[in-house]
Amino acid sequence: MSSPGTGRKALVLVVDDFADNREMYSEYLSFSGYEVMEAKNGREAIDAANARLPDIIIMDLSLPVMDGWEATRRLKADEKTKKIPVVALTGHALAGHSKGAKEAGCDSFLAKPCLPDQLVAEIRRMLEGGKPAAKAKGAR
Amino acid sequence: MGAAFPTHSRGAPEALRELAASARLALAELLLSSEEARECARGTVDWLVERAGARKALCALIDAESGTLDEVAASGVPDGQVASLHLALEEADHPLVFALARREPVMLPKGRRNGEGLRGDFLAIPLPLSENREARQGLLLVSPSRCEQEAKWAAEMLGQKIARLRASASLQDSEHKLQRERELLLNIINASPDPILLTDPEGRMIISNARADALFSAREGESEGRHRAVTLNNMLYSAALSQQAIDESGASRRELLLVSPSEGSDLLFELLSSVVQHPREGTCVVSILRNVTDLRAATEQIEENYRRLKLAEADVRAERDRLDLIIDSVADPILVTDPSGKILLMNSPAERLFTAPASDQSAEAERAVRSNDAHFSSFISNLFLAGAGLRLRGEIALVDPATKQPLPVEAVAGKVLSEHGELTAVATILHDRTEALEKARLYEQLKEASARLEEKVREATAELVRRNELLQRQHLELEQASQLKSQFLANMSHEFRTPLNAILGYTSMLLQGVSGEVSPAQKNKMVRVDSNARHLLSIINDILDISRIEAGKMPVHVEEFAVPALISELLAEVEPLIQKASRLVASTDIPPHLPPVWSDRQKVKQIVLNLLTNAIKFTTEGTVKVIVRTDEEQRELRISVRDTGIGIDPQDHDKVFEDFSQADSSVTREYGGAGLGLAICRRLARMLDGRLELQSQPGAGSTFTLVIPRKGRRR
Repeated sequence: MSSPGTGRKALVLVVDDFADNREMYSEYLSFSGYEVMEAKNGREAIDAANARLPDIIIMDLSLPVMDGWEATRRLKADEKTKKIPVVALTGHALAGHSKGAKEAGCDSFLAKPCLPDQLVAEIRRMLEGGKPAAKAKGAR
Repeated sequence: MGAAFPTHSRGAPEALRELAASARLALAELLLSSEEARECARGTVDWLVERAGARKALCALIDAESGTLDEVAASGVPDGQVASLHLALEEADHPLVFALARREPVMLPKGRRNGEGLRGDFLAIPLPLSENREARQGLLLVSPSRCEQEAKWAAEMLGQKIARLRASASLQDSEHKLQRERELLLNIINASPDPILLTDPEGRMIISNARADALFSAREGESEGRHRAVTLNNMLYSAALSQQAIDESGASRRELLLVSPSEGSDLLFELLSSVVQHPREGTCVVSILRNVTDLRAATEQIEENYRRLKLAEADVRAERDRLDLIIDSVADPILVTDPSGKILLMNSPAERLFTAPASDQSAEAERAVRSNDAHFSSFISNLFLAGAGLRLRGEIALVDPATKQPLPVEAVAGKVLSEHGELTAVATILHDRTEALEKARLYEQLKEASARLEEKVREATAELVRRNELLQRQHLELEQASQLKSQFLANMSHEFRTPLNAILGYTSMLLQGVSGEVSPAQKNKMVRVDSNARHLLSIINDILDISRIEAGKMPVHVEEFAVPALISELLAEVEPLIQKASRLVASTDIPPHLPPVWSDRQKVKQIVLNLLTNAIKFTTEGTVKVIVRTDEEQRELRISVRDTGIGIDPQDHDKVFEDFSQADSSVTREYGGAGLGLAICRRLARMLDGRLELQSQPGAGSTFTLVIPRKGRRR
């Protein structure tokens, strides 16, 4: 999968402290044709985003060191990284979480459990400049 | 008598005689023509000097009132000689007084006390009275004495004349006196305030005073009414007199009713009349009328007052009788004593206490009475202690003489004071306290019991408060525990989801052949892994929903939406399940022109989805039908899901809505699910101000209905 208009593969930053999930998404995204980089917490996410300016960031919210909300806020506050869409992904299916994510600057919101193909569909939609999802959709 | 008179001269006897006669005639004429003693005296002395040959003549008359002899006329006597001839008759040795006592003329002794200034030889001739000829009227003095003859004659004439004049004057005097007395008498009668009349026996007026005139006489020109009244009064008076005449009792008194001529009102008189015999008038009647009109009125007033007094007295007597009756009928003993404590009066209940009963002459009864007396007297005596006031209240321990039982009484004694504040009696009323004391005792018991009860209630209340506090604390703790539980469950669900996410993700990847092709047997097993993982997820979601609802973390978002579209969406979602159950047909019954609904679309959808899922789950073959209705006023929306499944026993209808409870726990295993679906649905329905209804019979299928207001409240 290529980044629009560049011909190169789109770079996805997956931020999750739970290795199995992080690696599962990474593998599937790679399988689906994306270049993937990983981060285990908010701090790493900010460093990685600054280092390589990914096309999109998949952000788990409950993170050690620096949580996803804080990281998103900082990314969105930085001129350099503010244009990178952030898709929040959390196992906390509470309304407050998605609201908090929106307020922090997340562009989209997905609830766990989220099947890998669902994530890919959302990434594709976001990168194509599609409208933000009206509703977080998880497997119920 | 040596006196010589020239007229009796022998010289010319005839001529002289004629001359003397004419002189005497002149004097007689003079005396006849005069009616005044002094004038007569003067005429006489002048005549003696002028016609009888006297040189000097003087007349002195006795004034009977002053008892003196005074000169009244003189002729030929120098003024100085006679001016003071004025002497008291008491001077008996005076020659003039002596001369007065003589019948015959007396020759006054010359130059010897013949009166002051009286000089010469006077012959004193007494003036005789006509009747008895006593020489008492006065003296005629002449000089010289030779004219004695003529002087004696003149003295005779003058004496007679003066005597006549004096008698006439005396008569006139007494007439005047009589007249005065009469006037005085009339004034006296007129001054009397009572009419006084002197009448003849027929009532004709002889004398009347002014008051009587006002009643009995009218003058011409006065009013007709007065004339009539006067006529009537006269008739009434005559009638009264004639009655009196019959009586013949001399003096009498009676009442006489007359008419006031001036006012026309009745006047009542007392008529006092007495008969008098008058030498000239004959029998007369003297009447005095006394106005007793006012007196009568006063008498009547007194009679009336007396009558009223009598009536009042009767009233008082009746009142007293009634009072006696009342006092006797009072059940409480009443006693009236004098200040010394002696019983003046008592009613029959008092008598039973203070007199020995006739039927019981025992010593015991006697003792009871004496004891009662003593106690009572002792009580009364307290009333006379200083500062005791007018009333005294107290208790006396008496004994009933009949039963010999103690009789506690309450006594109220009051001083009875006279108008002047003097103590006249003491009235005492006794009231049997036996019952009251018994009541008081019972009341005390009751109070005690009440206090005990109150104490118990207080204890119980305190216990309740304590328990309540405990409960509140427990409730708080429970709430906190519940909160913790919800928080814990929310955290747990997150913790469950994270590995589940990996399980589902990897399974999905394997099934998609991300890691290369898998055999059908492997794929079959992976589908089972996936299915169980999804089931686990649904259980976790249910638990999460419950804990969110309980933690109050599920807000309601009211929005407008169309029900038919929602139903289509739902049917599309359950389509795979329906297709899986090959012998199941799903259908809808939605009226056209259904109005839009205001509610939380997400929650309505969740509820109906749950109902649909359940219906499909429990219906192996037959139909599942979604029916939408509104009430006539379009206030309520009813969404029913009807199936032809196994149905639910009515006794389990309530159970199916409880948490973690499928009607039969074996059902959970057969049909899957945590059994939380309906519990969640009911809670969600309540959050939407609605409810869930169930109609079902075993084997006859079930109909679950969601009822919500068509226009839900915004929060």
